[in-house]
This record gives sequence, C-alpha cells and structure tokens, in this order.
Amino acid sequence: MLESSTLGLYLFLSIFIGSLDLQPLIISHYTLANSLGLGSSATMDALRSRSSGLIPCAFEDVDLETYIAKVGELDSYRVRTDLSAYDCRNNRLAQLCLQQDRFGEAIEAAKNKYGAARIGVFMGTSTSGILQTELAYRHLDPQTGALPHNFHYAETQNSYSLAGFVAHYLGLTGPSFVVSSACSSSAKVFANAQRMMAAGVCDAAVVGGVDSLCLSTLYGFNSLGLVSRLPCRPYDADRDGISVGEGAGFVLIERATAQNPPDQIYLLGVGESSDAYHMSTPHPEGLGAKLAMQRALDSAGLKTGDIDYINLHGTATKSNDASEGKAVADIFGTSVPCSSTKGWTGHLLGAAGITEAIIAVMAAEHGFVPGSVNTQHLDPTIAINYQIENGTGKINRVLSNSFGFGGSNCTLVLGRQA
Amino acid sequence: MMRLFVEGIGLLGPGLDSWVASRGVLAGEADYLAVPTNLRAPEMLPAAERRRAGVPIKLALAVGQEAFLQAGRDTKTASTVFTSSGGDNDNVHAINGILATAPREVSPTRFHNSVHNAAAGYWCIAAGSHEPSTSLCGYDASFVAGLLESATQVIVDDAVVALVAYDHCYPEPLHTVRPITAAFGMALILTPRQSEKTLAVIEVEFVSGKTQETTMQSAGLEVLRLGAPAARGLPLLAALASGKPTQISIAYLDDNHLSIRVTPC
Repeated sequence: MLESSTLGLYLFLSIFIGSLDLQPLIISHYTLANSLGLGSSATMDALRSRSSGLIPCAFEDVDLETYIAKVGELDSYRVRTDLSAYDCRNNRLAQLCLQQDRFGEAIEAAKNKYGAARIGVFMGTSTSGILQTELAYRHLDPQTGALPHNFHYAETQNSYSLAGFVAHYLGLTGPSFVVSSACSSSAKVFANAQRMMAAGVCDAAVVGGVDSLCLSTLYGFNSLGLVSRLPCRPYDADRDGISVGEGAGFVLIERATAQNPPDQIYLLGVGESSDAYHMSTPHPEGLGAKLAMQRALDSAGLKTGDIDYINLHGTATKSNDASEGKAVADIFGTSVPCSSTKGWTGHLLGAAGITEAIIAVMAAEHGFVPGSVNTQHLDPTIAINYQIENGTGKINRVLSNSFGFGGSNCTLVLGRQA
Repeated sequence: MMRLFVEGIGLLGPGLDSWVASRGVLAGEADYLAVPTNLRAPEMLPAAERRRAGVPIKLALAVGQEAFLQAGRDTKTASTVFTSSGGDNDNVHAINGILATAPREVSPTRFHNSVHNAAAGYWCIAAGSHEPSTSLCGYDASFVAGLLESATQVIVDDAVVALVAYDHCYPEPLHTVRPITAAFGMALILTPRQSEKTLAVIEVEFVSGKTQETTMQSAGLEVLRLGAPAARGLPLLAALASGKPTQISIAYLDDNHLSIRVTPC
C-alpha cells in the first residue's frame, strides 16, 4: 500500500507541476574496454557472436570458486610515466580505455572548441584503486606497521583518484568529481553532466566509469552469498548470483547543434531514486526501480511505448532480478524487449552504468537487441518480454537501468529524438 | 552564477556540538575550544541499523537531522547530496587487515558499510526518502564538489537539496598517509525559492583560476578547516553566522575555485 501510494503521489505531482525539459545533449563520442576486448567494436563483436568474457576465477591469490570477467592486458600495463603516482589497476584500465576508439582525438577537438577549463569530468567508481591498499597491507613495515614508501593514497585508494587521473591524462581543467554510489555510480554521472551544462558551469563533459578487480568486492559479495559458482545467469529461474567483472567506459557529451545528423543519438532522460529499504537488498516490490524508470521517462517526455529495448540491471541475484522484473512488468508489461548483458561482461559494479549506456547507444546505432548468454530457463514468475536470443530491428530509444547498494537507483534513456 | 537559499544548517565537529551551539564561536563572539567531537547514536535509525552505524553515519545523520529540524521540512521531501573524501575509514582499514591474512572472512555488514554511499543509504532508510541521492568524492575539494552539485540540482531541477559533508580520521597506518585530524560534519538545506524559514541567500559561482582562500579568524578553527576536507566549508558557516553580507572563496581543483556571496536575510 505504502509503495503504490508513494508512486501514485509522485505521478500526480509530476503531472501537476510538470517536469523541466532536459537540454538536448548528444552522445558525441564513446569508448569501452572490458573482458570482451579493447574498444567498443570488440564489445559489439562479442555481443553478436555470443562470446562471454567470463572465465574461472584466476586473480591474485583469490581462493573462491567463481567466474570473473578480467581484462588480461592490465597485468603488464602501466600508466603514463608523468602520472606514475596514479599507477594502479583501476587507472591502468582507465588509460587503456581512453586510448581506444580515437577518444583522445575527440577530446583534443573538444578542447579546441570549448577550452580545457570548460569541459567537466564526472566519473563513477565503487572501489577506485583499493586493490593497491589491499596489497600494501600485506607489506606493512614489521617494526612500525607503516605502509610501503611507494604507496600513494590520494592517487590510488581515494575515490577521487579516477577523476583526477582522467582529468590529468586528458588535460581537462573543468569541474570534476567522482560519484561513488556503488553500482549506479557511472549511470548517475550523466545526470551530473546534464545539470552542470544546463547551469552553464561547463560546455561539454566527459562522463565515465571504471571498476577493476579487487579482493574487497570478491570476498565481500561472497560473504553476502551473492556470488555464483557458475557464470552468472540473469533472469534464469535457477540464477544464484553475480559474476564480478572489471571494465571501463567513457562518453563525451556535448550540446546538440543544427549540424547534428538526423540519426544522432541523444541523452534523452535520466531518472534517479532511492529505495529507503535496505543497504544490500533491493525493495522487494521494485519501488525505487519504478520511480527511477518513471522519472527517466518523464524527464525525456516519453511514454512506455516509445522505448524499443530495455537493458536491465539484471545482476542474476535472486533478489535483484525479482525486484527489477516486477518493476519493469508494472510499468512496461510484456511489450518491450528486455535483457541483461551481464552474462557477457559480468557485473562491472561502478562501471556497469557507463558500459550498459554505451551498449544501449550501440543497440540503437546498429539496430541490434542483445539477448542474454548463460540464461537457460527463464524465471516463469517474472512477466516481462525477456530476450535470450539476439535480435535485430529498428531501435530508436533504449532505457538502461543501474541499481546499487544503499538503494541507489538510476535509469537512463538514450536514443533518437521522438 | 547560481542563486540559492539556505533554510537549515547542521554542524557537528570538535568543540562544535551543533549549529545552534556554535554560532557564537563561528561569528568570533566566543572562544573556540577543540574538544573531541561528541558523536552520538543516530536516533533516527531503527535499532538494528543503529548498532551497525560507524562514525560517518553518526556524523551525517546528526547534521542532516539538525538542518531539517531547523528548516521545518519533512526529511522525505528533499534530494540529498552526500560528500566525503573517505567514507567509513575505520571499516576500510579493518577490511584491508582481514584481506591481508587468512581466513579472509569479511562480514556482510562490514562489506555493505564499506561502500562510499553507506551514509546516504542509511539516511534514506532513516528519512524514508525516495528522492534522488548521490554520494561524491573530490579528495580535499569534496565539500566544494558537493556544494557545486547541490547548486546545480537546485537551479536546474528546481529541487530542495540537503547537502551533507562529513569526514573522519583514519586509523594507522592510513592516518600517516591521509592525516585527517577530526570527525567533522555539516549540512545545509538549500532551496530554489525564499520562504519564511530562509536564513540567507548564497550566490555560487564556479571560477577558473587559483584563489586566495578565505581562512578562519580563529587559529583553532583554521587548523580544523585544513584538517578535515568537509571542514573546508567552515568559512561558509562563519559567513552565515556573521549576520553580515560576506564574500568568500573556497579552492576547488588545481585551477579553479568557488566564489560565494552570502547575504543573511
């Protein structure tokens, strides 16, 4: 009762007050790196060929029986020497990703256009460079207990490390911060960029997210009983948990101009909400998820029928998929094709939002609906139009869900203008 | 330039037991005495959650609650922006210790309290708020990052926003590499329109280039300002306490800062 009355009140108020139109913003350029490969085309190819990035866990000396999604190139990779204080797995992955898809060239062009001080940097991460600290704690000075001399707290462990590194690497001096709201982090950065640009604080923004493998998340999710021993199976009746992965993604956001082609992909809407229910379990009726999706549709000025594909959060835990599935069923019924791509990428935590936003953009660009790898037997209790097989067709607008611990929810709508 | 209204203020730090109790000290009318921060169990939380609350949750909930009470607003009705350089620093230290030695048994509560948005999550549960909530980090500039984000939410989303900034000390060995000297939290209720509760107007401008930061007149408060990232907001509180129109400047990143005009109502 409480849930439906809260949602009803919100819907009433949003109709009564009306919602501010989002300033038209375009997805100007993007890049991705994850276990499927380096560069956005590697992810697209793996989606088309249904090649999952999940492998049996072989990371540091982790002794858990599970599958992970790992970027193999990172072990021997180092960040640029002038930024060596920032060297850690998370920033290595950031740099490796920034070098793909001619992203650096797009940033240079944007700097010439707007000036480095007018481009914001808003990044999402959940664990930043914590692996560096985990490893350092194995090498404390036996006499004093001090950390090793080569440990750089600000540049690695601190959550801001990622945005600081990206800003320095790209030579950007506009406003910047890190959003760290667990697994919704790098979806929420789109809202930050939209607001900063609408308020005139910057003229363009690099948004993104990076999360990399570490012991904290593997053992932490394991302690909650949320890690599967098998490759994760989103929306399967027998799903039993996530597969932890690592990945990075970045998007350059600019204001729309008259020169944009008719096929241009826009950031159409963002919706944010809070569950106010539990720290690590989503609201069982999907209350927060529903609010986030409805707010995203409202901010885009769209109706459910305008959405052609939903990229679900779909972590493959019992509780997430049940809760999200109920929320999607309540708003969209069985009309819109949906899937979770985490069977390919694993759960990228703080990088999940940006990765799936870029998959949403590619779905619209290529007229491609990813299905779901590893999912065998759909959960019959979830009444949505879940796609196991890949599909094709005209995809104009995609809704992408990202939900995190602490009940932090964010939904994006990306695609062509209606 | 973004124009916002301050409707409520919360404060908890060493020798600063609440906004109401600290106004005289901040206005330079009473001496500052740096006694340890008076942390208390967050009465807003249900008993089970209250037992699990670490220092940042205690700080965030105390200052958030004080600010909402002053504004006379329902905690359900505002968006929230939490900002902190660290998060639960005691917990992160404990987890790193556990992971460095076998068996690596991280408790479920330790793990879910280790997320940077733990204070936000507990706040939303305690406040019953389904409104948007974000959790930011800007290292030493975390307060400024939070104020800038809050200002854009007020201006662009026409939202009432509670800004909550907090930081506390790391235990060793992390304290040596990140010497935060005190547990400190502050909160502001920021609104797009003036009301009978409005305390002041603040005009916030993001400016490129370095700045001469506004400092605290009291030597003890200046030590605190520099000792905890969240306390970089103290000059704003001092301006609000002064009762006079005041122009202040707070450093942001290497090459920019916020210029803030405070006009008490």
